Amino acid sequence: MPQPIASTNDFVVKFANVNGSGSASANLLFAKSILRMGVPVATRNIFPSNIQGLPTWYEVRVSAAGHLGRRGGVDLMVAMNPQTWAQDIASIDPGGYLFYDSTKPMPPSKFRDDITVIGMPLTEICNKAYADPRQRQLFKNIIYIGALAALLGIDAAAIEQLIGEQYKGKEKLFGPNRDALHMGHDYATQRLKPISLKVARADAVGDRVFIDGNSAAALGAVYGGATVAAWYPITPSTSMAEAFQRYCRRYRVDPATRKNRYAIIQGEDELASVGIVIGAAWNGARAFTCTSGPGLSLMQEFLGLAYFAEIPAVLFDVQRAGPSTGMPTRTQQADILAAAYASHGDTKHVLLFPEDPYECFELGALAFDLADRLQTPVFVMLDLDIGMNEWLTKPFQWDDGHRLDRGKVMTAADLDAGKEFGRYLDVDGDGIPYRTYPGTHPSKGAYFTRGTSRDRYARYTEEGAAYVDNMQRLLRKFETAKKLVPAAVRTPAKQPAKAGVIYFGSTAAAMRESLAALEGQGIHLDALRLRGFPFGTEVIEFIAAHEQVFVVEQNRDAQLRTLLMTEGGIDPAKLVPVLHYDGTPITGRFITGAISSLLRAVKPLREVAS
Amino acid sequence: MTYLAKPKLHHPALPKNKLGFTRRDYEGAVSTLCAGCGHDSISAAIIQACFELALPPHRIAKLSGIGCSSKTPTYFLGVSHGFNSVHGRMPSVLTGANLANRDLIYLGVSGDGDSASIGLGQFAHVLRRGVNMVYIVENNGVYGLTKGQFSATSDKGSKSKRGVQNMDAPIDMIGMALQLGATFVARSFSGDKAQLVPLVMAALHHHGAAFIDVISPCVAFNNHVGSTKSFDYVREHNDAVNRLDVIEGRAEITADYAPGTVESVVQHDGSVLRLRKIHADYDPHDRISAMAFLQERQAAGEIVTGLLYVDPEAHDLHDHVETVEKPLNELGEAELIPGNEALQKLNASLR
Ligand SMILES: Cc1ncc(C[n+]2csc(CCOP(=O)(O)OP(=O)(O)O)c2C)c(N)n1
Ligand code: SF4
Ligand SMILES: [Mg+2]
Repeated sequence: MPQPIASTNDFVVKFANVNGSGSASANLLFAKSILRMGVPVATRNIFPSNIQGLPTWYEVRVSAAGHLGRRGGVDLMVAMNPQTWAQDIASIDPGGYLFYDSTKPMPPSKFRDDITVIGMPLTEICNKAYADPRQRQLFKNIIYIGALAALLGIDAAAIEQLIGEQYKGKEKLFGPNRDALHMGHDYATQRLKPISLKVARADAVGDRVFIDGNSAAALGAVYGGATVAAWYPITPSTSMAEAFQRYCRRYRVDPATRKNRYAIIQGEDELASVGIVIGAAWNGARAFTCTSGPGLSLMQEFLGLAYFAEIPAVLFDVQRAGPSTGMPTRTQQADILAAAYASHGDTKHVLLFPEDPYECFELGALAFDLADRLQTPVFVMLDLDIGMNEWLTKPFQWDDGHRLDRGKVMTAADLDAGKEFGRYLDVDGDGIPYRTYPGTHPSKGAYFTRGTSRDRYARYTEEGAAYVDNMQRLLRKFETAKKLVPAAVRTPAKQPAKAGVIYFGSTAAAMRESLAALEGQGIHLDALRLRGFPFGTEVIEFIAAHEQVFVVEQNRDAQLRTLLMTEGGIDPAKLVPVLHYDGTPITGRFITGAISSLLRAVKPLREVAS
Repeated sequence: MTYLAKPKLHHPALPKNKLGFTRRDYEGAVSTLCAGCGHDSISAAIIQACFELALPPHRIAKLSGIGCSSKTPTYFLGVSHGFNSVHGRMPSVLTGANLANRDLIYLGVSGDGDSASIGLGQFAHVLRRGVNMVYIVENNGVYGLTKGQFSATSDKGSKSKRGVQNMDAPIDMIGMALQLGATFVARSFSGDKAQLVPLVMAALHHHGAAFIDVISPCVAFNNHVGSTKSFDYVREHNDAVNRLDVIEGRAEITADYAPGTVESVVQHDGSVLRLRKIHADYDPHDRISAMAFLQERQAAGEIVTGLLYVDPEAHDLHDHVETVEKPLNELGEAELIPGNEALQKLNASLR
């Protein structure tokens, strides 16, 4: 037997549960109690979409260093699902721990001899304490949380306080939960052997908040002034629509009339959803849809129309792996090209890449300003990892002085003042024309919206020259977009570096961890986190300034790299793909391993430490 | 093909409506459809209806899909905003537009290919939702724009111009509209302006989803012997259940009618529809018997026209989702943005 793993504030606990057993809220309680002790956690739900017994896993990475990416490996397995027992036991790191319900005796063959086994007769305890089967199930969860708290040294008072907040004003619910917590805590203190994984109070959380990206994006839509949302249920984006509904009920009901300052429509499919968004945006409301890859595929035709008709539609794409019967509950960044070049004809779209829930909020709100300013669809590219997991993230901030940028809209007063209106007229040289909302003026400013068969004044024409003229203007508009999308964020290496790394979205947390690890190995990389497409000059300059640039992404085909090559005219040899696409979130370990071995394999680029 | 503006020289003697507009003020560009196309007559009926109702043209938004029929919004209401969207998807675009600004009048124009084939799903759902609009299908039983393929409303046994028989069962859009909960359902014929104009007017006054199926012969591809959507066939088989003589404001009805022959329907906005009965027993308020009657007559090869169903107290999508009275597109920061203080409170609950 290897030495049992000993670690304070740096380990991974994984819960294996049966879906719907009430474990989710108990596990969240566990994670939050560690946060309350000032120790950062990174949590991830893992839930296959169609396996019998509906297993779910919840991974809690405790990291005093504040690493929020997935680490990989398991130090303590809380095995509560008999159906996944074998695979759960196998996944424990040598020297790790297994916590399980020992009510039913199990043969030694079911265990491993290189792990520490902690049995607690949870079912027996519950059966003794509760008569109602539902209570037995629910309190079992709280009891094991209490026991884990005792084993790991989590302050029971912190948990009790959290339970108190959850059941504020509902003493009837609070009391029994508190009792169950203590039941577990007392049992573990008296009967279980202490282990060497510990949570110790620290001060590493600060004022950060704990929230999932989909909720944060929905909040961004509220603050971005969205009034119309249309969507069709699809994992992993559904919870964004639900969160928007929740926040609208809280923030968007007229206090006097109780009427809604929003409309949410569950469309009959993604075509209708994006159609509704386009209609609303055409008519001057801020509107969005949220979807995932298969939905985005369905929206293609409409996206072409929105691009050519210059409609400010906002789309949130919470990316997942593969088609509907692929890995719908797994994460990937695999819609980059499908979004960037969505639809028929020559189209290109504006994309935003939030790295965490904070940016889901920030870029989510910004998307509406950008869409209105540029009069074009804007995609906010989340993924399942950011969208459906709760992350420790910067607290949200809003500048109350911020005015919604409704872009170039001509009013009745403008028209009366004699301003020239041509729907597709580039008056300012930035490629962005003026628009009018329907119903603006009795005799001026109306226009007919169609695809590209029109001239600068929106009059019907199929003339080639008018088409080219329009297409050139759309390119100018895309140039303007380069200056408006959020700039890439550069993290210079501690020492001058010949190589760089480009990454985006949910890879950021793992990348930060990896950069530190690589530095420890003497590998220094300048890093650039992309936040938007089209790429600004800073991206092209960054690549030009390095001999070699790794492009880290979570898809098979190096989609961002393709985009960099195509749009930036970059020599493919210069861009080295680092790809992770098994559906699990990318880890710092993976990136570190991939980059260091690539560097070893190719010619040595390692900076000499002097 | 380029845009042809109609000369806007007004004859001083042209009659004016209450707003001081002449009929010409409701016209659009010169039509580029085939001479004699039924769709042009429908455009004319729309122009006439809007003129007679004295609607401010700029307060109407006209939306369409793709097809000859869907091109027509260019040919009427030239000072209204229009949106020629994508094939079969006008209903969703119209739904979104309607959500953004409940104060405008929404006129959706589509074809039988656009609505009964590629767009059947959106057609169904826009009616289910009760979007406040007038939805007109210019039904010619073929795909005009793509040159004469059968559409899903072609009757079984109907012959194409090249003599091919359609063997697929037809989709009856009226039957579907009734079943799906449209609250104003009418059928008419592009060749019967006297019937069509009042129906369009009544539909424009309807608060809810108003659907009008207008049989509109395609002179290029579906006006021959053997077609059930030709001018001759429709004239011969037109079975009107009622005539909507006039529609007027809240005014008293003064004209004399023999008792039992006229029904007055007062719609949500106070407009009065005067319906002269042709089939004495036909009740346009009974959805179920309307469906049965239509099926029966259809089986007998008749084309039932008239105001087939109306619910004068209908509700629309805004009623269902309980939006504020003020159009959503007019709400500003104060009404939409909860502000930083609310956000800090929220932050506190997330720790
Ligand atoms: C996605 C898509 N598929 C096919 C077409 C080609 N198309 C244009 S109009 C049309 C049929 C229109 O028929 P209908 O709605 O009956 O209009 P009509 O021309 O008969 O008035 C088709 C198939 C298209 N524009 N878009
Ligand atoms: S092809 Fe048919 S539907 Fe199209 S314009 Fe000509 S007559 Fe009308
Ligand atoms: Mg047709």
